[in-house]
Amino acid sequence: MQGLTGREGTFHAKAAAAYGTQVVGGVTPGKGGTTHEGWPIFNTVHDAVRETGANASVIFVPPPFAADAVMEAADAGVALVVCITEGIPTMDMLKAMTFMKEKPTRLIGPNCPGIITAGQAKAGIIPGHICREGRIGIVSKSGTLTYEAIHQLSRQGMGQTTCIGIGGDPLIGTSFIDALKLFKADADTEAVIMIGEIGGTAEQEAAAYIAHEFRKPVVGFIAGQTAPPGRRMGHAGAIIAGGQGTAAEKMDALAKAGVHVVKSPADMGAKMREVLG
Amino acid sequence: MKIHEYQAKSVLARFGVAVPRGEVAVTSAEAGEIARRLGGSIAVVKAQIHAGGRGKGGGVKLAKSPEEAEQLAAQMIGMTLVTHQTGPEGRKVGRVLIEEGLQIDRELYLSIVLDRASARPVIICSAAGGMDIEEVAAKEPEKILREAIDPGTGIIPFQARKLAFGMGLASGPANKLVKLLESVYKAFVETDASMIEVNPLILTKGGDLLALDAKVSFDDNALYRHPDLRDFRDLAEEDPLEVEASKFSLNYIRLDGNIGCMVNGAGLAMATMDIIKLAGGEPANFLDVGGGANAEQIKNAFRILMADQNVKAVLINIFGGILRCDVLAQGVILAVTELGVRVPIVIRMEGTNVEEGKRLLRESGLNFTTADSMGEAAEKVVGLARGE
Repeated sequence: MQGLTGREGTFHAKAAAAYGTQVVGGVTPGKGGTTHEGWPIFNTVHDAVRETGANASVIFVPPPFAADAVMEAADAGVALVVCITEGIPTMDMLKAMTFMKEKPTRLIGPNCPGIITAGQAKAGIIPGHICREGRIGIVSKSGTLTYEAIHQLSRQGMGQTTCIGIGGDPLIGTSFIDALKLFKADADTEAVIMIGEIGGTAEQEAAAYIAHEFRKPVVGFIAGQTAPPGRRMGHAGAIIAGGQGTAAEKMDALAKAGVHVVKSPADMGAKMREVLG
Repeated sequence: MKIHEYQAKSVLARFGVAVPRGEVAVTSAEAGEIARRLGGSIAVVKAQIHAGGRGKGGGVKLAKSPEEAEQLAAQMIGMTLVTHQTGPEGRKVGRVLIEEGLQIDRELYLSIVLDRASARPVIICSAAGGMDIEEVAAKEPEKILREAIDPGTGIIPFQARKLAFGMGLASGPANKLVKLLESVYKAFVETDASMIEVNPLILTKGGDLLALDAKVSFDDNALYRHPDLRDFRDLAEEDPLEVEASKFSLNYIRLDGNIGCMVNGAGLAMATMDIIKLAGGEPANFLDVGGGANAEQIKNAFRILMADQNVKAVLINIFGGILRCDVLAQGVILAVTELGVRVPIVIRMEGTNVEEGKRLLRESGLNFTTADSMGEAAEKVVGLARGE
């Protein structure tokens, strides 16, 4: 965990460990050689990887330093980097994305709740107690809407394989398509709930992928059907700009690709029950 | 953060982009003075508001004398300018930009935005300047030229030449465009801009390239490292309640409806607006209290929400992850008690510590309507807002 010694880092490190994740240590520059809540702290990610063999990192570093932390983790050869931090300048992420292009590291986020595999492990802040093991995968730009989807599935008696919050920033590491590819390859995942929102064209790109490559049933919802154009709706990436990125165009693209699109966010679970019979 | 045209031009000029000579005025007398100083036979009077389409709305006019510039400025300052981007309520004009008139040979289009899919800035140019670029894209897409920039190398001269010759510029102006694009790209990167648009970029009869109009917006997340740019913020352009909310780091956007919403998480907040609309109501706002809200913040959120006189009923929709339902309940009880809220309140909450939260609400003695699902909550609040 990068930023383990901070308030949020500590809280979520404990929660992740309690859920079954092997949390092996933290990185806080300047605090190397100390311990925090029993975990060893290192000055650099390189040191932490060498000493503990960590293959994943969760980042709770403040926005001005977060892109740096992402690049450091990638440079140390960490396979999975989950960046929770909200509010990273886009120009910083632009550098980080360019830096990571040739690297094998998978980045999830930033500005995301992370990833959880029900009953096994989590990297991030999704509350473990609301998940249960099952056959549905969830990929979402929104944290609380993911929780909402999990809750609706539970009410229908369905559980999850893995939930991935990809984040609501304009530049993110793992896209809808990347997540769908993973769900395609995962034999345990029977169907997927995909939750998008206004802004950008990631949902349309995912629709094109689904139409040609993805055979498992997908239930989709797009948040922001009533959002006014030109306003940023909380997430840095959630903005209808120049008439593009509307919910209507995304819902249309997904429906044409065979996705079961629900208009109401209250219908995600029921629609999945209907689709799976 | 959006800024005014005159501020955008000052930013571009700082990076070496040529702009017309001009100054901003807040009174008509100043406007006349500026026109006199500029000299020349024609001055342009431009209303400064944070919205496009000003020309068609009567916010850009030509003056043939300093006296006329003064008259036009007197008409514009204080007027409510309605354009296709302001909505029917329009924007009040507080200042005007007075600029020299120029002999225009050609009008071009130039912008830089971020392309999310390729994670690169893209420079967009078009020979069809002075028009709405979305319209050009729809009708004559072949007239739009794009060059993606590698952040490592920055704009390479050949890319600028492709754009210049692609727009049909002769070699003299083409060389000037290469320099101008380098300057604009530098401005984009160094100011943490999220968008720079120069429309039109003009070629004068004398062969010079100038930014006749300019629109720049900055990445809010990067403003902490640009104190000089932060000063460009014009609070008069923003809704007073939104300004108030920003002081408490609350994401609040005012809308036209009468159902106030308080939600945690941006996605769920948008979805809550959507479900209110589906139930036949209209949301009064977007409000994300965030994941780490405490009772005090909930109270502030409530106060701002209720300051909107249109609000006839409130829907609180919380899915407790990190934000615990009992903390939310305490905050709401505190707010309702202290603020003396009189409109009906529908609460739907789920997640962490939900039973404790529900118990607190029940035992508060206050008149809350509870709901077990988003759908039920929306139906109930829409009914209550109608007075049912």
